[in-house]
Amino acid sequence: MSSNALKDTKKLQVSFVSQASDKDTCPKKNITTDHISKKTTADEISERTFQDVSLCYQCGKCSAGCPVRYYMDIAPNKVVRLIQLGFYEDALKSDTPWLCAGCLTCSTRCPKGFDLAKFMDAVREIALERGVDVSQKNILKFHEAFLDQIRMHGRSYEAGLVAEYKMKTLDLFQDIDSAPGMYLKGKLNILPHNIKDRKGIKSIFKKTKLKKT
Amino acid sequence: MMKYGYFPGCSQTSSAKEYDISLRKVIEKLGVSFDEINDWSCCGATSAHVTNHNLSTALAMRNIMLAGQQGMDNIVAPCAACYNRLIMSQHEIANHPLIKKETEEILSADFKKDIKVFNILELFLKTGINKITENRKHELTGLKAACYYGCLLVRPAEITKFDDAEQPSSMEKIVESTGAETVDWNMKVECCGAAHSISRREIVVDLSKKIIEDARSHGANVMVVACPMCHTNLDMRQRVMKRAYPDHREFPVLYLTELIGLALGMSEKELGIDLHYVDFRYEDKVEDKTLVN
Repeated sequence: MSSNALKDTKKLQVSFVSQASDKDTCPKKNITTDHISKKTTADEISERTFQDVSLCYQCGKCSAGCPVRYYMDIAPNKVVRLIQLGFYEDALKSDTPWLCAGCLTCSTRCPKGFDLAKFMDAVREIALERGVDVSQKNILKFHEAFLDQIRMHGRSYEAGLVAEYKMKTLDLFQDIDSAPGMYLKGKLNILPHNIKDRKGIKSIFKKTKLKKT
Repeated sequence: MMKYGYFPGCSQTSSAKEYDISLRKVIEKLGVSFDEINDWSCCGATSAHVTNHNLSTALAMRNIMLAGQQGMDNIVAPCAACYNRLIMSQHEIANHPLIKKETEEILSADFKKDIKVFNILELFLKTGINKITENRKHELTGLKAACYYGCLLVRPAEITKFDDAEQPSSMEKIVESTGAETVDWNMKVECCGAAHSISRREIVVDLSKKIIEDARSHGANVMVVACPMCHTNLDMRQRVMKRAYPDHREFPVLYLTELIGLALGMSEKELGIDLHYVDFRYEDKVEDKTLVN
């Protein structure tokens, strides 16, 4: 670097510094500590899963072994990265948490002991609380239909589940060929089995209802 | 006579009827009795677990609570998914006072009693596999079994505290006690797609197809499972598999209890094997028919 160029650079630095000191009159109202004290989505996830999301150092072993990675829009480790970097919306909207089969392969293999399956549980729960438009609609509708049967009967009721799922998705013909076979083999119960303490089950559902934020 | 509390799980009453039938018949022969938890309910399954953490813990713990109230010290959960939900919830209650407090409030109960939940493999190991060998009516020679654990039977290892999470071998020991051979293969702990069976069927079909073909290519002529969801995906979904992969050849999938039942001298019909989508007759698998009986 020529001495002139060096001088220019120094001048430039000095001008920045002086500019900064000139701006010392920066209006107070813009200075807040909110970003420090406010709980971020990352904090929220860390809190719910009892593990720090920053534990993950992005080796990608989870995604390498994930049986459903091929069907996901974002690799599982990248969802963690999005949360670490503050791109919460992208992470919450991703279909990756919904396609996660919860098989625990990632959690078993993580060299940092980060329970990724649990992390995905928290991401889904927060997405539901915030009313995020879930892209894997049928998966969510299936879970809702399944839980409706439990709330009503205390146990799973497959005929009710399939009927409700079909009504929700209007996917009327899928699996229509499996049902008669199952029925003939006595595997599809026509009537639900109602447990006695259905009141207790309803109360569990009521008390654990997600709080919409 | 060994006695256990019994948590059947919803599938045992419908799509996995034969698992329940064969399990009850087999344990009776081995001198074990079950005491079914009165008024048990769904463990919450995948649907509660993936959408609402508190709901999932409370639904699972309701059954543990009932078992405690009914004087049980240990319970057997034959469905791998139920087993996993129950022990995971117990683990959370034991390790996180906040979750314990919340769940106790939801259920108006307190969890003091330590109730041990066993999976089906632990049940047979505890009963003693030598009992199977002693009681067996015929040696299941000719069967080459691929033991499929799926995801939830051995994982997470630090909570199940049972077998190896990547290379488990306990099911092989049990299967070998029937006289059947076991094969060494790659996908014994791979996931079959589990709860996506209805909502994303094509994923389940692809994953299950890979598992079946891996078993076949390693010389297996039957697959042995210990989970109703795995069985639905690997057996019943072969109908759809044939449409997606026109060259697919049917592959029989048995519950572990059915295999043991065959060795103990019960017929396919008695054990409910005729309820499967893919037919299985032991005689067809034996090259030297004189070995039977």
